[in-house]
Amino acid sequence: MLGRTLREVSAALKQGQITPTELCQKCLSLIKKTKFLNAYITVSEEMALKQAEESEKRYKKGQSLGDLDGIPIAVKDNFSTSGIETTCASNMLKGYVPPYNATVVQKLLDQGALLMGKTNLDEFAMGSGSTDGAFGPVKNPWSYSKQYREKRQQKPHDEKEDSNWLITGGSSGGSAAAVSAFTCFVALGSDTGGSTRNPAAHCGLVGLKPSYGLVSRHGLIPLVNSMDVPGILTRYVEDAAIVLGMLAGHDPRDSTTVQDPVKPFTLPILTDVSKLCIGIPKEYHLPELSNEVRALWSKAADLFESEGAKVIEVSLPHTSFSIVCYHILCTSEVASNMARFDGLEYGHRCDTDVSTEAMYAATRREGFNDVVRGRILSGNFFLLKENYENYFIKAQKVRRLIANDFVNVFNSGVDVLLTPTTLREAVPYLEFIKEDNSTRSAQDDIFTQAVNLAGLPAVSVPVALSNQGLPIGLQFIGRAFYDQQLLTIAKWFEKKVQFPVIQLQEFMDDYSSVLKNEKLTSVSLKQ
Amino acid sequence: MWGRTVWLCLRAPGGRYRGFSSKAHPPGSGRITAEMLQHLERHALVDFGNREAVTRLEKAIAFADRLRAVDTDRVEPLESVLEDRCLYLRSDRVIEGNCAEELLQNSRRVVEEYFVAPPGNIALPKLDE
Repeated sequence: MLGRTLREVSAALKQGQITPTELCQKCLSLIKKTKFLNAYITVSEEMALKQAEESEKRYKKGQSLGDLDGIPIAVKDNFSTSGIETTCASNMLKGYVPPYNATVVQKLLDQGALLMGKTNLDEFAMGSGSTDGAFGPVKNPWSYSKQYREKRQQKPHDEKEDSNWLITGGSSGGSAAAVSAFTCFVALGSDTGGSTRNPAAHCGLVGLKPSYGLVSRHGLIPLVNSMDVPGILTRYVEDAAIVLGMLAGHDPRDSTTVQDPVKPFTLPILTDVSKLCIGIPKEYHLPELSNEVRALWSKAADLFESEGAKVIEVSLPHTSFSIVCYHILCTSEVASNMARFDGLEYGHRCDTDVSTEAMYAATRREGFNDVVRGRILSGNFFLLKENYENYFIKAQKVRRLIANDFVNVFNSGVDVLLTPTTLREAVPYLEFIKEDNSTRSAQDDIFTQAVNLAGLPAVSVPVALSNQGLPIGLQFIGRAFYDQQLLTIAKWFEKKVQFPVIQLQEFMDDYSSVLKNEKLTSVSLKQ
Repeated sequence: MWGRTVWLCLRAPGGRYRGFSSKAHPPGSGRITAEMLQHLERHALVDFGNREAVTRLEKAIAFADRLRAVDTDRVEPLESVLEDRCLYLRSDRVIEGNCAEELLQNSRRVVEEYFVAPPGNIALPKLDE
C-alpha cells in the first residue's frame, strides 16, 4: 500500500481496504524503524493519530475531503506549523513553536492529510547536502537499497558498512528521505536554488518547483523573498500535480501570489508528442557533468525525437554567470531576512544583558552556524553603500539578462527545456564534506538556480539507476505559469522511462509487505 | 592562497570592462582591511569568529567579481519576476490579531505585555582583529 499512487490509496481508503489509522500506524512504525536516516526532526505522532481518527470518521460517513484525506504527509522544518516546534534545523529556533500554520500546511490539513512530522534540512535551507543542520545530516535511503549494495557487493545486513552512507542532497533532504523510505506519500520542501529538485534527483523522486507566484509563501520562513517557492516531493508526477492543485492560488496573506484564477491541475494523458518542441540548452553541457548523466540526458532527448517531437539545441548565453548572480542576490537577501533573528521576540537569546547590540551579536553568534553567518556577512558586504551599485544592482541587471534568455528561448517555439538536475549521482557523506558548503552549493546548484532567478516552473523526474545502482534525475523547465503543461510532459516521460522502485526489503522487514501488496490485484479506481 | 582556489571549473569569457565604472579594487589584492571587517561585524551583528570566515568572505567577493565581465549597459535591474503585474493590496481593515498572549509566549524575557530588551544606545566595544 505504501508504494501506491495517491489516487490508488485514496480509492482503497474509500473502499475500506485500509483505514487511515492503519495507514498512519504503518508509517509511524516505519519512521521509528528508519530513525537512523535522521529524516525527521519532530514526529507528531499524537496529532497524526488524532487526524487519522477524524479522517476515519469521515470515510465511514462517506464524506471524504478528497484525494489527500487520510494520507500521511511530511513538511520541511522551515514551514511554520501551529503547536509543533519549527526549528529550521538551527539553534536559533530550537524550541520555537509557531502560533500559526503556513498557508500551504493549512491547505493540506484542510484536505484531511495526516501530518507525520517535520523533516530535517540544512540550517535555514542553506546548503545542497542536508548535512549542515543543527540536528545532524540526513542519510539517503538508497545507501541501504538492494540495488546499491549489490553493486558494491555488500550484504544488506552488513551494519559495519554504514560508515560510507550517501547524502540525500539538499536542502530538503529530510523530506526526500521521508518520501523515498515510504514513511509518507508527499512531502513539502522549499526551493530557492534547487533545494527540492536536487534531493529529488538523488533520492529517485519527483521534485516539483512551481512557478513563482503560484503558491503562497506565507509561513515559509524566508530565505530569498524573490526566489523562494514551496516545493513538492512525491513518487509520481500525477501525485505532484494533485498536490499542486490543492496548494496553488492567490493568498491574501502573500501579496506575491498572483490573482489569476487557478485551473485544476488534472493532467491529460499525452499520447502524441509530435507537436512538442524540446529545447536542449547547449551551455548546460559542462565538463564536470558525469558521463552517466550526460548519456542519460542524450538518451532522453533521443526518446523524444524518436516519438516524433522536435528536439533542438538552444542557447542561454548568460548561463555561466547565473550561479554568480544567484550567489550575490541570495546572500544579500539572506542578510536582510536573517536580521529578524535578534532574540527579543522569539528564538534563542543569549545571557548577556549589557546592551542591545551586545545581546544581538552574542545571540546571533550562538544561534547561527558558520554557513549562515558567512552568508550574512557576504550579503552585508554586497549591500554596503560603496558596493551596492557594483554588486547588488549589477546582479539584478544580470538577473534580467538571464530571465530574458529564457523568455527568448520560449518565444522561439520551445515548449520545455530538458536539462540534467545534478552533475552526478549522490556521493558518500565523507566525500561530500571534503569541500565547504559554499563550494558545494556553487557546484550542485549549477543546473537548478537559473530557474529560480527567472521564476519558472521546473520538475526533476527520476530516470534510471547509475552503474552504482543510484538514482539519476533529469529536469524539465517550463514557461512561467505553464505548470500543467510541464507536468503533462513529465508524466509522459515518467511512463516511458519506468524508473524502478527502491528495494529496501532485505534490509527492513516491513518493506517486504510493501512489495507483497504490489502484486495484489489492482485497486479499483472507480469512484 | 584564496586567489588560486578552484571555486568552479567554469571559465568566464574574457573579461570586458566596458561601461562599468569601478570603485572597487582589482581582484587578488587581498583588500579586506581590518576596518572593513569591523564595519561588517557591527553592521551585520554577526562576528567573523576566525580567519576561515574572513577567507570565506574573500572567496565570495572574488567569485562575485566575475560579474564584471557581463555587459549590462542600459539594462534595468530586475527586482521581481512579477514586475509586469500589480501587487495585491488588501483593504486597510483589521481582520485578525488580539493574540498578544500567544505571541509573548515565544519570547525568553517578558514583563506583562512587554518584550524586555537590555539598554540600547551603547555601542559595541571595539573588537580586535
